[in-house]
Amino acid sequence: MSRVRATTWRPGPRLRVVLLLTPALLVVGVFVVGGVLQAVLQSLGFAPVVGESQWTLDAYRRVVTDPVVHDSLLLTARVSVISTALAAVLGTALALLVRRLGGRRRLAALFHGTLAVPHLVGALAIGLLLSPSGLLSRAAYRLGLVDSVQDVPALTQDAFGWGIIAEYTWKETPFVAVVALAALSRRVSDLEDVASTLGATRWQRLREVTLPVLAPPVAAASVLVLAFVTASYEVPRLLGRPYPATLSVEAFQRYRDIDLTSRPEAMALAVVIALLTTLAALAYLRLVGGLTRRSL
Amino acid sequence: MTRSPWRGAAVAVVAVVTLLPMVPVVLWAVAGAWRYPDLLPPETSLRGLRLLAGDGVLGALGTSVLVSTSVALLACLVGLPAGRALGLHRFRGRRLVQFLLLAPIIVPPLAVTLGLQVFFVRYGLADTVGGVVLVQLVPTVPYAASLLAAAHADLDTDHERAARVLGAGPVRTLLHVSLPLLRPALVTAFLLTFLISWSEYVLTLLVGGGRVTTLPLLLFSAIESSDRTAAAALGLLVVLPPVLLVLALTRVAGRDVAWVGVSRA
Repeated sequence: MSRVRATTWRPGPRLRVVLLLTPALLVVGVFVVGGVLQAVLQSLGFAPVVGESQWTLDAYRRVVTDPVVHDSLLLTARVSVISTALAAVLGTALALLVRRLGGRRRLAALFHGTLAVPHLVGALAIGLLLSPSGLLSRAAYRLGLVDSVQDVPALTQDAFGWGIIAEYTWKETPFVAVVALAALSRRVSDLEDVASTLGATRWQRLREVTLPVLAPPVAAASVLVLAFVTASYEVPRLLGRPYPATLSVEAFQRYRDIDLTSRPEAMALAVVIALLTTLAALAYLRLVGGLTRRSL
Repeated sequence: MTRSPWRGAAVAVVAVVTLLPMVPVVLWAVAGAWRYPDLLPPETSLRGLRLLAGDGVLGALGTSVLVSTSVALLACLVGLPAGRALGLHRFRGRRLVQFLLLAPIIVPPLAVTLGLQVFFVRYGLADTVGGVVLVQLVPTVPYAASLLAAAHADLDTDHERAARVLGAGPVRTLLHVSLPLLRPALVTAFLLTFLISWSEYVLTLLVGGGRVTTLPLLLFSAIESSDRTAAAALGLLVVLPPVLLVLALTRVAGRDVAWVGVSRA
């Protein structure tokens, strides 16, 4: 029995850091690292709790040869790349516009408000706006552009994914704009002034000063958007079709399938999604490394 | 900066496009019968708003508040020490820890949770509020930790040292010196994690099994049913708290990471 009083015992600096980090690392370790490991194991035939484990690559074989998955991959890539590109370009343009216009605070508040709208509500809003009997269709009827609901092109539950793209672009453009606006500080204006003094034209100033400053934060924001859009569930589930569905919807459907052989396929799809988003993040790290070296 | 007549027009266009999708939500929430091709509802009705006072909605509102408050509290409790370690200490493996803490932002929580669901079932956490709260720590702890790490990096530790020299114990120093200094960051982290949890749908569905009914779950089934008025009214109930919170947050938060978190909600 040691009789060291609690107040006199003080953990060393190393131990203290470990203790401070333990709760957070436990959450990430158990859930994220453990979750990814479990998805990998279960995609390879590991069956915890119920059934016998049989190690096999069958799930991946089935997933890779399944035409449904091919269409799903195509749709996911199309939707996430187009939404991310639109959000990046429009967000950057919006930030530059807002800076030129002034009235920055009110428009920034508007963007912040849009950021806070849950994607579920965004999906509802876009549905009520763009569906065949939605507000835009009614406006088109009033203007004499269409004669009945049948004439309206399908913008939600469409094969291309326009409804999904519209929701993501609407929600993520303000996000990129907020990040870009934060990067357009006083220092940037000073640099631009220097460039003008040295005889740079407006276009040169934009290309050689403003855009290089904006590139790293906008690229960072774009990767977050891409990772999010690739994996999010409720928007493509509500605004897309059951077939072809995005990878996340497909994974969830297979997980919920009564046929238990679909489970390993769901896990394989989860692993594919995790791989795709991680690759996007790694690509970004390289990209940003290159960009920051080039500028400033 | 030149003031041209285009200025007002450009601001108006940006504002209209940003707000446009919310217009049909507000209209449908108060619409009576609204048939195609009427541009505006010919009659208003309080049916949608009255639905919000029903037992189902009030119950879901209670569950949502309970889940989101618990998630925000726990995320801050877990994020505070981690933020202290990352913000104040230089140690080996610091970058690895930072990377690990950011992993949930890149690796989607849905992919992670599919693999863990079996264990939630085995340990009796499936279909419970506790299980839902636990799984929602995944998307929230990274933001709490990085916000609080940034706050600790700005923290002047001389105040803490002075308190200790003057005889305050570690607990008193924490309660009377450190926490008050960190209050703005803690408020931001709490509101932000509350917001992320408030909007969460798929993790709640997966772990809660449809038995832990939060407002997003109710909203989802309302959208799937053909009752647009009910869906729109519920949509307003779901969207108002986060928008108001964020507009309040605009005053206290200046950090980029906060906006990243808000947009993930």
